[in-house]
Amino acid sequence: MTWLGIAALGVLLALPAVVSSYVLTILIFIFFYAFLGQAWNVVGGYAGQLSVGHAAFLGVGAYASAVLAQEVGLSPWLGMFVGGALAGALGAVIGYLGFRFGLRGFYFVLLTVAFAEVCRIVVNNVEAVGGAVGFYITFTGDPRQFQFRDNRAWYYVTLVLMLAATGIVALIERRRFGVYLAAIREDESAAEALGVDTLRYKMLAMIVSSFLTGVGGTFYACYLLSLQPNAVFGIPLSVEIIIRPIVGGSGTLLGPILGSFILTPLAEVSRYYLGQGGWHGAHLIAYGVLLVAVVLFLPEGAYPRLVRLVRARKRA
Amino acid sequence: MDLTLVAQGLLSGLLFGGVTSLMAVGLTLIFGVMRVVNFAHGDMMVWGMYLAWMLSSRAGIDPYLGFVVCAAALFVLGLGVQRGLVDRILDAPHEMQILLMLGVALVLENAALVAFGPEPARVRSSLTLPPLWLGPLFVDVARLITFVIAIALTVLLGLFLFRTAFGRRIRAAADNPYGALVVGTDVRRVYAVAFGIGAACVGAAGALVAPILPFQPTTGLGLSVASFNIVIIGGMGSLLGAFLGGLIVSIAESLGAVFLAPSMKELVSFGLLIVILLFRPAGLFGKRAA
Amino acid sequence: MSLLEARGLSKRFGGVRAVDHLDLALAEGDLLGLIGPNGAGKTTAFNLLSGFLAPDAGEIRLRGRSIVGLKPHRICQLGVARTFQIVRPFPRMTVLQNVEVGALARHAGTGAAVRVARAVVEQVGLGPKANAVASGLTMPERKRLELARALATEPAVLLLDEVMAGLNPTEIERMVVLLREIHAAGMSMLLIEHNMRAVMALSQRVVVLNFGSKIAEGAPAEVARHPKVVEAYLGEEYVDAAPAR
Repeated sequence: MTWLGIAALGVLLALPAVVSSYVLTILIFIFFYAFLGQAWNVVGGYAGQLSVGHAAFLGVGAYASAVLAQEVGLSPWLGMFVGGALAGALGAVIGYLGFRFGLRGFYFVLLTVAFAEVCRIVVNNVEAVGGAVGFYITFTGDPRQFQFRDNRAWYYVTLVLMLAATGIVALIERRRFGVYLAAIREDESAAEALGVDTLRYKMLAMIVSSFLTGVGGTFYACYLLSLQPNAVFGIPLSVEIIIRPIVGGSGTLLGPILGSFILTPLAEVSRYYLGQGGWHGAHLIAYGVLLVAVVLFLPEGAYPRLVRLVRARKRA
Repeated sequence: MDLTLVAQGLLSGLLFGGVTSLMAVGLTLIFGVMRVVNFAHGDMMVWGMYLAWMLSSRAGIDPYLGFVVCAAALFVLGLGVQRGLVDRILDAPHEMQILLMLGVALVLENAALVAFGPEPARVRSSLTLPPLWLGPLFVDVARLITFVIAIALTVLLGLFLFRTAFGRRIRAAADNPYGALVVGTDVRRVYAVAFGIGAACVGAAGALVAPILPFQPTTGLGLSVASFNIVIIGGMGSLLGAFLGGLIVSIAESLGAVFLAPSMKELVSFGLLIVILLFRPAGLFGKRAA
Repeated sequence: MSLLEARGLSKRFGGVRAVDHLDLALAEGDLLGLIGPNGAGKTTAFNLLSGFLAPDAGEIRLRGRSIVGLKPHRICQLGVARTFQIVRPFPRMTVLQNVEVGALARHAGTGAAVRVARAVVEQVGLGPKANAVASGLTMPERKRLELARALATEPAVLLLDEVMAGLNPTEIERMVVLLREIHAAGMSMLLIEHNMRAVMALSQRVVVLNFGSKIAEGAPAEVARHPKVVEAYLGEEYVDAAPAR
């Protein structure tokens, strides 16, 4: 397993030397969505608190870092942590309200959606950050401004993001924190009876998750160079964030990565080919069908299934 | 603040509230019976709108008549979704149910996009009467007709649920699925019909709102979220709560548009939602706590 | 000083007095049985003691320190562990991981916690099932798992809610032996039990509840003859005579 990991890493490091720019772009999005999925995984997967408002954290992180860079001249290298901290603070507020009042299941989903929508509407109406027109970042191509002319640089940036988030989750998973989160997901009352401060650990999970997602906002802003409130705070983006870890296997370390490797190219390629034929939206139909199929036939996600298949073959 | 403006806001909010109520009642019926949240609710409603649009543009059927066809079509769609998909995951965890319905929503929304394109559409009713004037307030006749039919349908649904044997069985299943199972109700049939009726509500609501609200495939998401807000504010699973919640939210948004800005009217309902979630998660008219 | 002591503990649900001015005292090393007909308020009393419910009135002290108003996890950390009548395993976790959650209450590092968990799993006889997923366990195994998790929190007092329910006579016999061992090793226990034979065999003292109030307290043999107790159980299945469920 270790050797497999090292080999995979080697391939990923060497890949930019051989693949086309188009493939590289797809890989960048694979890594970025894997990163976001991993961040969501902490609270949505491990702790089992289904947030469908994670776009809010991405948006807060993106706007904070972009506005600070454009208006104050703060480098996004620092701005990403400011954005992360602000997103973490928002996560703490949402988490406190939701967990303190014992909102579970659908109620928690709605609380997260509502906060994301409030952010979207508010930003749409704040002219200082561009309002509905959006906020634009001047392209300089200056690495100090977290901008790169070469796609290969972006490739490594997103690879590092993904690996860092995965490393953090791996650390969490092996510690008391991770075991407690799993216990909370499985049965909150039983966990509480066994000495787990469920409120505290759910809060921590929410803060870690929203902080990481907020950090990702800087990439979003600097790579795309434009922020549209309806896109960056929108529910569709939240769905994009959660769909990959769930398809891959939520609450597992490699699920979000696997999910992103499955879904991101699918989305990109079908968007490209179906979009060419004037079939706008067709790829999202495929997406929806896939989602339904996963729920019906692969509810635990692709990664746990893969692990079992491999184990069964080893035994045979 | 001009008082006439406020009164006008109240009135148009109330009139629009008829369809909002019908939509929320449909959602609450599905949730109450199956404990499944129909994330495709708004997208089903958009299909009601497009069906009304097709009936009107291809066959010349006015939406104020066509809504019957739309309701029937959506009833079949809802029944099919329940039988084919929802029925298989009734015992699955929440997140799985939510994802399944998100998948259905994606399919419906983008099927509409493929079929009708992204441009906003609008259905013209042949009943274009001049607005009525109530003193200084004007009443848009289309809105008035929409309101009256929507309220009539909600009342009819209420009568069905409270006065007929099958309706009582649906409510019994909503109160206690195991109890209903024990007394021998065919729960699967009740579920399928309840989902069908819930979808038919938005089929009709979509057709009725089509003459007063321009729409496009992406309209559905906002409508779904709006209906979630209403049922939580009114009280999850409470039919009366959904009905009154629909009126309250619609009026509140309409006033929000007057006091804040039209683009911020939804802020009012989300604010209301957050307050309700925190201090009265059972909703204004709900009995059960979260 | 009592290890765990409740004074005037009361809880109402609507108009029903689920627990009514209950006094309980448990000394170090005690094994106290808590019995009563269905609906007598036993489980409510447990929920009060373990912090899952807040009492309307009354005081609960652990080694003289008030624990009223503390959250369940805090009470567990202070040394009161409970099991649930309807077992609540973490279904997708293994037996060992389930028990590890309990052990983490005392050992912050997963290494130490796993070692403790392994020992407890062996102690309750689940050794061969240590790596099995909890959802696949049989009822007797689940009951043992429930016990093991509570034990792993290294409590001062163990509150056991019907750990025999759903077991057959052989399994009950084994559970009685296991509980005796745990008690002999110095654990103080409060035991809710429906199976009279088991309570009588295990307990040094028995408290009888009916309609939320204590109607008798004393040695098992005395209590069984107490007229109020006989009356309370009239019409109830007399578990001692009937074959165990």
